[in-house]
Amino acid sequence: MSDRFEAYDEHDEDPDKGTGDDIEERSTPVGSSGHGSEGGSGDGTDDGDNPSGRPDQPPRIPLPRASVEDTGRPLPELDELPPPAPLVLEHQVLKSLLGAWALAACSAEETAAVEDHLGDCGSCAEEALRLRGAVGLLQRPESLDLDPGLRTRVLDSCLERRPPRIPIPKWALPYDAETARLDALLQDFGDAEWHAPVRLRWFDADEATSRRTTVAGVMAHLLSVDGLVAVALGLDDPMGETPADAPTPAGRTEAYWRASHFPPTRSVRTPWREQSHDLVRTVSFTGGTTGKLAVPYGDFSLPLHDAMLDRAFECWVHAEDIADAVDYPYEPPSPRHLNRMIDLAARMLPAVLADRRQKGLAAPAHGRHLVPAGMPGRTLRLEIEGHGGGEWLIPLDSPAALGSAEHEVAHVALDGVEFCQLAAGHVPPAEAAAGQVGDREAIRDVLYAAASMSRM
Amino acid sequence: MAKKDAPPRWDRKMQQRLARGEAAALGEFYDRFASLVHGLAHRVLGDERAADGITRDVFAHVWEHPETYDPQQGPLRSWVAGLTHRLAVQRLRATETAALTQGGEGAVADTEELERKVHRASVAARADYIVQAMPTPLRAALELAYFQRRDYRQAAADLSITEDEARRRLRLGLQLLSTAHDTGAPGAPPGYGGAA
Repeated sequence: MSDRFEAYDEHDEDPDKGTGDDIEERSTPVGSSGHGSEGGSGDGTDDGDNPSGRPDQPPRIPLPRASVEDTGRPLPELDELPPPAPLVLEHQVLKSLLGAWALAACSAEETAAVEDHLGDCGSCAEEALRLRGAVGLLQRPESLDLDPGLRTRVLDSCLERRPPRIPIPKWALPYDAETARLDALLQDFGDAEWHAPVRLRWFDADEATSRRTTVAGVMAHLLSVDGLVAVALGLDDPMGETPADAPTPAGRTEAYWRASHFPPTRSVRTPWREQSHDLVRTVSFTGGTTGKLAVPYGDFSLPLHDAMLDRAFECWVHAEDIADAVDYPYEPPSPRHLNRMIDLAARMLPAVLADRRQKGLAAPAHGRHLVPAGMPGRTLRLEIEGHGGGEWLIPLDSPAALGSAEHEVAHVALDGVEFCQLAAGHVPPAEAAAGQVGDREAIRDVLYAAASMSRM
Repeated sequence: MAKKDAPPRWDRKMQQRLARGEAAALGEFYDRFASLVHGLAHRVLGDERAADGITRDVFAHVWEHPETYDPQQGPLRSWVAGLTHRLAVQRLRATETAALTQGGEGAVADTEELERKVHRASVAARADYIVQAMPTPLRAALELAYFQRRDYRQAAADLSITEDEARRRLRLGLQLLSTAHDTGAPGAPPGYGGAA
């Protein structure tokens, strides 16, 4: 940065050095008193542009007070009555003060000296005029918070006018949108925000669990877990040489946190953002063929298109953690994307239920209802209200069974964002504000299964 | 604030990717320049919806005609700013002219006033851009002196620089900013090349 700055400087100073009369002027001491106090009006360059008044100072020899009033001449400004101690500065110094003077950022003595000098020095007067004019152009920046909906509208309108040759696969759009939203949130963060404490919360073995970190720590977490997808796609692993404790999201995160000598800082933003761009770009080029590629998460794996949805969901959940920590508002994803995230959770539920049943965490399947694969079985109807909502039929007895309205044994209704909070482990299943009808055991199993999908 | 250190390589690659029709590139391009585009359009037009419209038009133009950017002429960022400026000023002139003909409430009185208004908006937008694009040390000094009302000695202490250096930065910053007043040939908005 300072290199650029120096380069600027040289470039800018050149014309200045070129003006030969500087040298002459430099050797002439220019005081604030004595000469030229009436001079400014002569050349007209400072007319009306010298807001603190032309130095219409009284003559050095004070006239008797009464006679001043009698002449009808304007009275001197009050604050000029005790004339500032004359400050003798060289032209070069006075010139260097012009910026500070224009911004009213120098001392009273310096101000007086500069203003006195402007009456004598045409080049300084001209510059002073120009710099004063520039001060009026300083404005507070407009609010930088863009409506995230604008991104979708603008991009959609572009793609309509000229269809892309290499589109982003539909299933990667939520990830593209959520990472862009989070990146925009980080845009103006200072050190205080980057180091603000965050408590990550999730459910482990049906217990609420949490882990303390910082905003930068959350970004390191997202970087290292998104890395699971990067590795599956053959991209570089952001973990570098650091071995993960386990090939799981938590195992990678803990190892990443430990490996840095210092707590994560804002410097984590760039690699995170570059990786997210690389992921979107790579799946755009290979999308048609890689959608089913398995992305291993350690103890399970997801097809690539679901993994990208999962990462979009995690990005939103953690963006909310970050926004909470720094007291910023943060909206849920667009309804279209929220719907895809809910759909992913709903599709994962039957397998999670079966797994929990094996571990004795959910009620055993009722023998009489053992259903062959592809056949309808006992079903819970999950009704998600609000934007992005819908209805999902969750087969209860086997991931291979079909959900069926005719075999509905329970009905749960809750708001889309509330459901996502539950699946993120931010709301205990017992407290989820859900409308419930039917088999209470089935409902309990499903709500606990939803919460158990949460992780660090 | 502004990311302005994107190397020309990034600019050229971005242009190639847009020309190739990569939707992912369009997203990255938007993320980098949307706040610049929207901010400038808003400064000229003073209206949120109108600024949204200009934002849409600017990105549509770039997406449909990425070849109109010539990397030889300067950074992509300046080009995008110049394009935004041109479209926003066009829009302002069009809406003000329409209002003038209809003589509605709040319309300008005559074409002379219209031109003055367009000129003011135009200079204000260029000034915004110059402040964003100037080297950070200059901007930091100006912010301290102007918004936080620090005198140059206090600013020097805040920035851990000499008083000479503080004076120099304030003067240089204002010199750059004053170029916002310079107008050149119409159609090629000045002020988006030099300071970037």
